[in-house]
Amino acid sequence: MNPAELKYSEEHEWVQVESETVVLVGITEFAAESLGDVVYVDLPEVDANVGQFEKMGEIESVKAVSDLYSPVSGKITERNEQVLDNPQLVNDAPFEGGWLIRVLLDDPSQLDKLMSADQYESFLASQD
Amino acid sequence: MATKNPLQLKYEESRRRLLMDRSVPGRMGVSLPPNDVPEQPMPGSDILRNEMDFPEVTEGEIVRYFSQLSQFNFSIDHNFYPLGSCTMKYNPKVNDEVAGLRGFTDIHPLQPESTVQGALKLMWELQEYLAEITGMPGVSLAPMAGADGELAGMLMARAYHLERGDTQRTKVLIPDSAHGTNPATATMSGFEVVTLPSDARGDTDLDALRNSVGDDLAGLMITLPSTLGLFDSNIDQVVKIVRDAGGIVYGDGANLNALLGRVRMGDLGFDVMHSNLHKTFTQPHGGGGPGSGPVLVGPRLLPYLPTPWVTRRADGEDETFSFTTPEKSIGRMAAFHGNFGALVRAYAYISTLGKEGIAAISDDAVLNANYVMSQLKDDYDLPYDRVCMHEVVLSARTLKRQHGVSALDVAKRLIDYGIHPPTMYFPLIVEEALMVEPTETESKETLDYFIEVMKTIAREARDEPSLLHDAPHDTPNSRLDEARAARQPDLRWRRQT
Repeated sequence: MNPAELKYSEEHEWVQVESETVVLVGITEFAAESLGDVVYVDLPEVDANVGQFEKMGEIESVKAVSDLYSPVSGKITERNEQVLDNPQLVNDAPFEGGWLIRVLLDDPSQLDKLMSADQYESFLASQD
Repeated sequence: MATKNPLQLKYEESRRRLLMDRSVPGRMGVSLPPNDVPEQPMPGSDILRNEMDFPEVTEGEIVRYFSQLSQFNFSIDHNFYPLGSCTMKYNPKVNDEVAGLRGFTDIHPLQPESTVQGALKLMWELQEYLAEITGMPGVSLAPMAGADGELAGMLMARAYHLERGDTQRTKVLIPDSAHGTNPATATMSGFEVVTLPSDARGDTDLDALRNSVGDDLAGLMITLPSTLGLFDSNIDQVVKIVRDAGGIVYGDGANLNALLGRVRMGDLGFDVMHSNLHKTFTQPHGGGGPGSGPVLVGPRLLPYLPTPWVTRRADGEDETFSFTTPEKSIGRMAAFHGNFGALVRAYAYISTLGKEGIAAISDDAVLNANYVMSQLKDDYDLPYDRVCMHEVVLSARTLKRQHGVSALDVAKRLIDYGIHPPTMYFPLIVEEALMVEPTETESKETLDYFIEVMKTIAREARDEPSLLHDAPHDTPNSRLDEARAARQPDLRWRRQT
């Protein structure tokens, strides 16, 4: 269920490497399912800087409000406006239409600190 | 549903129209008297905003506007309101009347004590009532709401450990079935929160508890009955394990409505608790107030009670009441003496019901919740199939999996049947939770109607799920974006261009 071509953080974000310096970020299906129906997403503005594993926004579901952490450091180049208008997209397609931000990386070597799909699945299993 | 003709739709639209949209230029609500003072120039545009309009309507139109708004409201005085954990029970009007007596309303908190002996006597007697009901000898009425009472309690626990030099006692254990304010309170009081899991029956997991206590234990905050609506059958052992390890046992009394006259937290060995007067002892509440959350303590924490505390001195027939500060008091929780009006209502409520009436509250509240549970357990999931207390936690898990109908959809559909939605998605440990608290004041007819409605909704979820996804259908507005309304409350009216 977790696409093999993506990288993953312990905070349940995924990273899709689009080019050497640009990545797409979203939350995993596991995170979306645990949250329940998402009703609000708060993302940083375009051009804002985010730090790896630092808080970058909030996601609110019918159950609770949770912090969003950026899996990489860099500058936001785009936010998914469709998700802001229709937060349910995060539940419907967490790995596709429900992506959150596009980031210009400060330091591509940070990607090495993230997990592969296999590692992420072992991580999930160890959390039970 | 019969479709509405254009004229009926026009009427519905007109009821939703805001005051500014009802405005007609030149219309007047009042006749101003002739000007009998010299005219003055208006302030400049740096002070007056040109684009700010005022509504122009007649007196009759404005009366209708606000009357219609008031009809959109939903309260316990309108209909059944089974909002779990909030205890929205009927508040007898006589208590409001008593709280409105001039002797209570026309006094000032800075008046000399000798001139308000009646008010102080009421506070003292209420302290005594609460002490007897809970078995906790020390009572401070000062906290303004439940969370304020919790904060007072945990600050006392902190003062207790600090005085003993136990600075390493930083850990507070909180079961995952506790009220959400408990972890917030512990954190605000400077403690570190450790969550305790519930066992398969919904009780505190004793093995997990034993493994979590040690020299660093400051205490435990437990909600009794829990937010699962269950009385923790391990409670005696839970209290013993925590106390043996040197911890303070805090009881969240928000669910006291289930225990009145039957169980006293003091007898169970609790050190401190709070009571939400606005839930358990009558008070029109919701929307942020007015609350009242007295904090009650056992012998260990008595010296730390917040100030003021009302004490009585008797000299033969004469008695004098005064505000006192306990020896090692943690200080004030509010500027004055708590929400006095709420105290008067609670006093009137307890005095009217008496000892037997107080016990009957909980008996009926528990009976009603169990009746609802027994009738609905085949239509909804029941995560913990055992006798519940004053509220029952159902789940829409199967409806969601099989028909895509969520707890939110069920709750919204209830509105179409004139019933306030129950608490949803709480406690967090129950998927698609629907937390129903019927309260003791509802008749069997009302409960039967609710049960019939819930069964009908479960049937609708299977046969016609879209009916639920689009609910409510009969309100001025249907599904609102509640999250955005709370986060971006942009309430400015702008003229349509």
